Amino acid sequence: MVQRGFIEQASAPAVSPLTAAGLPPRQLDLSGGGRRRGGERLISGILLACGSVSILTTVGIVAILVGEAVAFFLDVSPAEFFFGTRWTALFRNPSWGVLPLVLGTLMVTAVAMAVALPVGLMAAIYLSEYARETTRSILKPVLEILAGVPTIVYGYFALTFITPNVLKPIFPNTNVFNALSAGIAVGIMILPMVASLSEDAMRAVPSSLREAAYALGGTKAEVASQVVVPAALSGIVASFILAISRAVGETMIIVIAAGNKPQWGLSFLDEIQAMTSYIVQVFTGEVVRGTTAYQSLFAVGLTLFVMTLLLNIISQALVSRFREVYQ
Amino acid sequence: MSVFSTPRGIVTRSLEGSPGVRSRKRRGAIVSWIYVAATASAVLALAVLLWTIWDRGASSLDLSFITSKSSSRAERAGIGTALLGTLWIITLTALIAIPLGVGAAVYLEEYAPRNWWTRILQTNISNLAGVPSVVYGLLGLGVFANILALGRTIITGALTMSLLVLPIIVIAGQESIRAVPLSLRQGAYALGATKWQVTRYHVLPVAMPGILTGTILALSRAIGETAPLLVAGASGYLTFNPDSIMDGYTVLPVQIFYWTSRPQDEFRELAAAGIIVLMIILLMMNSVAIVFRHRFGKRARW
Repeated sequence: MVQRGFIEQASAPAVSPLTAAGLPPRQLDLSGGGRRRGGERLISGILLACGSVSILTTVGIVAILVGEAVAFFLDVSPAEFFFGTRWTALFRNPSWGVLPLVLGTLMVTAVAMAVALPVGLMAAIYLSEYARETTRSILKPVLEILAGVPTIVYGYFALTFITPNVLKPIFPNTNVFNALSAGIAVGIMILPMVASLSEDAMRAVPSSLREAAYALGGTKAEVASQVVVPAALSGIVASFILAISRAVGETMIIVIAAGNKPQWGLSFLDEIQAMTSYIVQVFTGEVVRGTTAYQSLFAVGLTLFVMTLLLNIISQALVSRFREVYQ
Repeated sequence: MSVFSTPRGIVTRSLEGSPGVRSRKRRGAIVSWIYVAATASAVLALAVLLWTIWDRGASSLDLSFITSKSSSRAERAGIGTALLGTLWIITLTALIAIPLGVGAAVYLEEYAPRNWWTRILQTNISNLAGVPSVVYGLLGLGVFANILALGRTIITGALTMSLLVLPIIVIAGQESIRAVPLSLRQGAYALGATKWQVTRYHVLPVAMPGILTGTILALSRAIGETAPLLVAGASGYLTFNPDSIMDGYTVLPVQIFYWTSRPQDEFRELAAAGIIVLMIILLMMNSVAIVFRHRFGKRARW
């Protein structure tokens, strides 16, 4: 009886083994009596409260974003906000079309993906399929350092190295602030994440699959690209989507290196403004609570929040599918 | 035996010699070098980044830079106020976020019943980990600075940062609690311990190195975060040192941001020097985390 209780606990750790075994706690409780059980209940209540702080955070985020955004949409029509192509929030006669900011975000994200996805995936293939254990044990920490570098540092790097020393020599008409340099820096920033998550997905592919492919005469490169990568595809795609979500939410690199001029056009060598950099730009000036400019921050923030949330949900769904296949 | 070995030998030899196999092998070798080059380029990017920063900032780095307050004159400006602000924010963040985070992790792993509420909690935490940090800044500004009227103070910054790192601490905590073998809990229960006694005296001590590692990594992320504090009210130019949680403040990354956004070269050099200090702090914290992982990871055996 007691043993069955423990087995149940293995599959559901939340169930107390004593109650699961069907024994009333009073018979076993030799020392503290009611006092001890009361303490237990108090502790479990405190722990539940700790767990619920995260719910409060979400409620707080949604409430503050939606609350201020609703106030914003009383002043500005949603049609103008979502379909307008002019964003001049801080002018005397402001236009509130968010599309230039969304476009700015997407331009930086596109460049970042062009850098991080191929390089990250190839690095993951190398680490998972080719590298020796000693090489891996050196490279993984290097990638971890790269992932731990604060984004402000990448921003500085983009502004003072990538733009003048890499882009200017190739494209002489590059602006001091431009989407391309910010995108490259964001790409370098998310590269370790793509590499390490994709590598995890590839290492989870059972080696029997590789052995079968070798037995059919595949070379190492063929096995890696035609067997391991397709088998790990959902995990790899999940890492890509998570990377996109990180790039969309990235702030400091874009503020520093891409400037603050909303553009409705695809010129990667010019100054742009992204959703995140608009939020920061308003704060480096003074903004008065209750004004449309203040509320517009939350409308832009809400747009950003919904975009990243959708990307994260898609990524999680893909990962859970990939877990089902190999466990 | 011979029946099998002869055809196998023939097949192998003919395949090895065939031009198809040779070109496939050559292609494989080229592809493998491309993979190596991709990995090397990531390492190279890190090397160039570190070298660039060191090259620009090392000359401004001295003791007076670390202790001086901010100044509009580049040759007198330092990061003293910013370092103090970072220390305030991180200490308070640790005090708020670690108990909450570990409590939530213990609840989810040891106490929570398997029902819809727990599932919501769990999904919610992993989604919070993916919310852009600037959105936390908006939360801090809207709720702590304005609605609770705490203003642009240290406590607003610390509360904002705590919420930002909370999901990271919870997830790391859950992983290390889950790694504690079930037999340990069963042994304690068999001796009549209550659930809290099992958790407090048996599960938590074993899980502690993992929890600490995750916590240090979460706090080192908080040290490097700029956007949320910029939005929630850190100032870039502060000439007095904060001495209570209701004072205005600045932190190291925000100070670096303000120097970077000035066009003069002298301030860019100061920014690079600030980045060196920031990276050294982060490196030290990460080394502590790695030592924890190695030291305690090896001791625990079952």
